[in-house]
Amino acid sequence: MQNNASSAAAVQADAHGEAHNPALLHHFAEPQQQRDAASLGMWLFLATEVMFFGGLFCAYLVYRRWYFGDFAAASKSINMPLGATNTAVLICSSLTVVLAVWAAQTARRTLLLVSLAVTMLLGLTFLGIKGIEYKDKFEEHHVPGASFSFQNVPIPGHPDQYADPHHAQLFFSLYFVMTGLHALHMIIGLGIFLWLFAMAWKGRFTPEWHTPVEIGGLYWHFVDIVWIYLFPLLYLIDRHP
Amino acid sequence: MPTAIPQPVERENYLNKEYGVWSWLLTTDHKRIALLYLLSITFFFFIGGFFALLIRLELLTPAGDLVQADTYNKLFTMHGMVMVFFFLIPSIPAVLGNFLVPLMIGAKDLAFPRINLLSWYLYVIGGVMMLHCMLTGGVDTGWTFYAPFSTSFTNTKIVEAGLAIFVAGFSSILTGLNFVVTIHRMRCPGMTWSRLPLFIWAHYATSIIQLLGTPVVAVTIVLVAAERTLHLGIFDPKLGGDPLLFQHLFWFYSHPAVYIMILPSMGVVTEIIACFSRKRIFGYSFVAFSSIAIAVFGFLVWAHHMFVAGISVYSALVFSFLSYAVALPSAIKVFNWTATLYKGSIHYDAPMLYAFGFLGLFTIGGLTGLFLSALGINVHVTDTYFVVAHFHYIMVGGAVMGYLGGMHFWWPKISGRLYPEGWARLAALIVFIGFNLTFFPQFLLGYMGMPRRYYDYSHMPEFQVLNVLSTAGATVLGVGYLLPMIYFLWSMRYGKPSSDNPWNAAGLEWKTSSPPPTFNFDEEPVVTWEAYNYDELDAPYKQEVPVAK
Repeated sequence: MQNNASSAAAVQADAHGEAHNPALLHHFAEPQQQRDAASLGMWLFLATEVMFFGGLFCAYLVYRRWYFGDFAAASKSINMPLGATNTAVLICSSLTVVLAVWAAQTARRTLLLVSLAVTMLLGLTFLGIKGIEYKDKFEEHHVPGASFSFQNVPIPGHPDQYADPHHAQLFFSLYFVMTGLHALHMIIGLGIFLWLFAMAWKGRFTPEWHTPVEIGGLYWHFVDIVWIYLFPLLYLIDRHP
Repeated sequence: MPTAIPQPVERENYLNKEYGVWSWLLTTDHKRIALLYLLSITFFFFIGGFFALLIRLELLTPAGDLVQADTYNKLFTMHGMVMVFFFLIPSIPAVLGNFLVPLMIGAKDLAFPRINLLSWYLYVIGGVMMLHCMLTGGVDTGWTFYAPFSTSFTNTKIVEAGLAIFVAGFSSILTGLNFVVTIHRMRCPGMTWSRLPLFIWAHYATSIIQLLGTPVVAVTIVLVAAERTLHLGIFDPKLGGDPLLFQHLFWFYSHPAVYIMILPSMGVVTEIIACFSRKRIFGYSFVAFSSIAIAVFGFLVWAHHMFVAGISVYSALVFSFLSYAVALPSAIKVFNWTATLYKGSIHYDAPMLYAFGFLGLFTIGGLTGLFLSALGINVHVTDTYFVVAHFHYIMVGGAVMGYLGGMHFWWPKISGRLYPEGWARLAALIVFIGFNLTFFPQFLLGYMGMPRRYYDYSHMPEFQVLNVLSTAGATVLGVGYLLPMIYFLWSMRYGKPSSDNPWNAAGLEWKTSSPPPTFNFDEEPVVTWEAYNYDELDAPYKQEVPVAK
């Protein structure tokens, strides 16, 4: 390898490339290639996530169409102001994620640390509010299972009809599965951001290399977007002032 | 061992670079991970084969005398789950694909070597869960675990088996993700999309299906597990749920999963046919884009598994039409392979015998697929042995033939040794005969009306002759599968050392040493030629033949 020093690019590409940039892994020729690979990998992973949630959205839409009145009645029982607050919290967290990426690109360490910390704080706020909502549902016996109860709840717009408890239970089943899996993604996101914070604290990110901040940010935005769809679908069925 | 004999100095390669258990268990080298996969899927192949043998033994006589009905249900369920999720889906992508994708495109490794290792560990964790599930009682729903039987009635280990498949599915997603990123971002200079080997195109299409299909079956499993443990009612008609929704979600993945099995095999066969007829593949871009077309169409045909399940006749019509449409890209491939053979100088080495076997068996499997897409015939043969024979022609006659052909073709590259050619041709012949003897009688049985999943057919003893033939064929097939395992192992020690390019084949993987060094190429390759340039490769050996006037 060393004998053939005719091409400077070839030397750059082999093991000696590591000496120039510690973050460049051996099997990549140049940092740009590594960055592109990581970013494409995250986009593809998000595509799999779209399909994962897609199956649930599909199930939800089928039953919502079949049992619209029952779903509307069940939807009315969940706390819309808290859900709306959570929507605002997540949109704000998307802003702080963008700020974090910009701070990493422009080597603003303090802003990076603050943005990552605020993002995590907003994520925890979201989970806290979600916890309050879950607790309310638990106390109202709206958690599917043996103790589930949804008796004598009128269907919105049809005060003489009561919602079918079985169908309402379907709504709550989907509600808990969808928001539960979303919350699980939030918790994983918090873990990723904790790691990003530790890396940023050690000063590992530079304008040349901050791929983890970028792809961690992509993941966070995706989790936000899932909520942007969940909120109107679950909280805003047939709501009128 | 006599020490006086001078040993030739072996070049450093991926096999002899490091020794010891940890150098394998912690490796990030795609070639070593491919061998880890090879070991683990072979293990599961023989477990699944063991179940198949018990099934065939039970059906030797009309009476249900070898096992009890419940045991028989578990046997065919575990056979299906093991073979589909732990052998066929990882087989070619995780072994040959893992080994060859970086080599064929001139890369040092896959884009994410550590994720590649992680995917193997996930596979192993899923596999151990599956083994545990089998040893502690198993599952009796059939590999499709249809609701509401799986969610409300059976008392077998659905949740555990489901989680095992969930974890193994994650491994499949990560392999697909790695391949797509690698093919997009890691090609060496000059390796344009139109110069890619068709093996790569096939794996690209496969990976797309793995990425977009697998998450849907994952969420279906989550719902089944939640339904089973918490009695939610999502698939339970008593509570307003819909069992058909389960079938839709399940087949949305599990039909494309058939293409996860067959597309890589088509890629292997394309390489073999070009090499052993010494010709550029006929209609390169048609073969390439037909892989993508199969992946796309494959996502639009799932409900042809549900024609008798109670879907409306109009949606059945649409799905019937689309199922016909998926035959088009498959036929394009078969015709292009045939056109490649035309006037080629054909060599009948073992890989080529498997490729020929693939061509015939896949064609039969594909054509009977058209029978099944036709609504009328489908209703007639639903849940009979006709269906069983059809999908075994695709999955075993197609996918496994391609896998074995590929293992023989690239074995010199993988191990650096030649396998014994005579034995290999014999094994290919035995597999072909054994396969047809096993499964062709099942077409007849099915058409005559023998239902699948029956362990006792004593009220229809006229079916016994064909069942005896099938069981005899399964025994022959078993011998055919054991032979390659024995002589591959034998050749690792006693086989003749292989040259770098024993077949004089095109493709970057043959331009590096056998076995390749850890980072694949001593110098980064630069591609200046088109794929399958067999004319140029053979030019030095060809004599000018005077043309008679």
